[in-house]
Amino acid sequence: MTVQTVRPQAEGSASVGAPLGGDPRGPRRSRMASRMRRSEVRTGLLMVSPALLGAIVFVAYPLITLLWYSLQEWKPLAGGPVFTGLDNYERLLSDPSVRDSLGATAIFSTGLVVFNIGLALFLAVLLNQKIRGMTAFRTIFFSPVVVSLVAWTLVWTFLLQNNGGINGFLAAVGIDGPNWLREPGWAMASVIVVQVFKGVGLNMVLLLAALQEVPEELVEASKIDGATRARTFRSITLPLISPTLLLVSIVTIIGSLQVFAQIRIMTEGGPSNSTNVLAMYLYQTAFEVKEFGYGSAVGVLLFVLVLGLTLLQWGARKKWVHDEN
Amino acid sequence: MKTEEQVLERVPLAARRSWKWSAIGIYALMIVLTIPFLFPSWWMVTSSFKPLSQVLEFPPTLWPRDFTLDAYAAVFEQPFLLQYFNSLYIAALVTVGTIAISAMAGYAFARIRFPGANLIFLLILVGLMLPGEVTIIPLFQLFNGLGLTNTHWPLIIMPMFGASAVMGTFVMRQFFLGIPRELEDAGFVDGLGRFGVFRKIALPLARPSLAAVAILSFLSSWNAYLEPLVFLSSKDKFTLPLALTQYTDAIGVPIWNVQQAAATLTVLPVLLVFIFAQRHFVQGLSQSGIKG
Repeated sequence: MTVQTVRPQAEGSASVGAPLGGDPRGPRRSRMASRMRRSEVRTGLLMVSPALLGAIVFVAYPLITLLWYSLQEWKPLAGGPVFTGLDNYERLLSDPSVRDSLGATAIFSTGLVVFNIGLALFLAVLLNQKIRGMTAFRTIFFSPVVVSLVAWTLVWTFLLQNNGGINGFLAAVGIDGPNWLREPGWAMASVIVVQVFKGVGLNMVLLLAALQEVPEELVEASKIDGATRARTFRSITLPLISPTLLLVSIVTIIGSLQVFAQIRIMTEGGPSNSTNVLAMYLYQTAFEVKEFGYGSAVGVLLFVLVLGLTLLQWGARKKWVHDEN
Repeated sequence: MKTEEQVLERVPLAARRSWKWSAIGIYALMIVLTIPFLFPSWWMVTSSFKPLSQVLEFPPTLWPRDFTLDAYAAVFEQPFLLQYFNSLYIAALVTVGTIAISAMAGYAFARIRFPGANLIFLLILVGLMLPGEVTIIPLFQLFNGLGLTNTHWPLIIMPMFGASAVMGTFVMRQFFLGIPRELEDAGFVDGLGRFGVFRKIALPLARPSLAAVAILSFLSSWNAYLEPLVFLSSKDKFTLPLALTQYTDAIGVPIWNVQQAAATLTVLPVLLVFIFAQRHFVQGLSQSGIKG
């Protein structure tokens, strides 16, 4: 079907390729060109149509619907949707759980980005040393990225039980470990650390690739000028890898806002809401308490947050990114 | 590897010796750093061979004292094989569909000027940053209305046309933008149309990026948790991530050794594929990331 569509254009492009000298056939040629252009447009639209259909049904439609749902009181078990205007948003503003969620989300995202990028950069710099066997270490640090998230989380949940492996090993050396997943501060720290080890490998290889692009002459020149290693890293290397750092931090922040499986499996948002991030609260509201209207308002809040952060980071890129090509 | 040896040859002997000591320091540091990455897998595998009475015992043992396959037998008391198959075939369909859809769309965005391209691409970019949780309520309603909850349809169609396709389209577009147009001109001269040039010239060049898209979409389907949790209710429909959470006692406390055995069976094949094809995984994923 598509092959037939594009055939005229093939002839067209062939005749365009032929030398046409004084070109008495000018009008005909332009008619041909426009026919070719039309068929090109048709091919383009056909090729993009499945993705377009997907973007409409799975991006545009749910976003618009979400906005509409958020204006209704709708508890599927109790009764159908009733339009209530901005009531859900008023409730959002005064809901203490939302405040907890925003706090937990902020702590989780900040902690995750800082530790993830910090560790990723550290590992990348180590791997960038010209030493034999770095590929094996890279493989090890990267491996959790391909491990099933739920399996990874379950193993750590098992390890972090009060009478689990980690506290067992700690007790063996005389340390009385906390009940990691049941004490507010420790629960959040655990969730962050487990997630950092899961995903740091991806950021690490991205940063490693960027480090390998840094021209060795520049680093050498800086050393000859008497700069210390740290100074060279800060003034030469860091600015040169800043586009990748930006990309990696955007992806990590956006990813951190959709953390769900880890939280649900490790802490279920507890203890006392301390790890109840927004995505988790959305799930609870919509699918446990079964309030679609109010859940949708939480969804709008989450979307606005993601959108705002994305725009903010892109806006900030000119300020601190050295060179973006 | 080659470059490392070349570097070694160029360094004079004295410098090489001090370099050797710092290398030992780096190795030691690296080995310590691998612990949190390797130990969980070790713990998972060894715990799966322990009897339940020993998984939480003190002091903890790095090797099962009494080696048993009881946990593995218990894994299959649930429809674990069926759940495994569910995960496999869903991920396979999602992967194939995502590749086809995103290769075509990525090429069209990179090479063909058609009306509305910018608007459509903007929608793709919004999709790229959209967390799955944001759209889950409307999509649940949508599939519920079609009577497709507790079926695999949403788990196949949603990523194939939605999240995975969006990601793939973006990756493929970046790739196709980087191909020199001259390579395609030869195809036009040979009488190929636009689609022919795409299929015969551009697509074969895109193999590494296609592999990256395939890996990403397979993994995201294989690991999906929220969507199966929301859409599936009967055990024989479960996919693996959901299946792993089914091994609990009557009050919901996990039966640890059985759970770890199921997790081992889930993780090991992917890990093995990764180790043998790690170059593709790492290069593919980092390439697509850098270009994005």
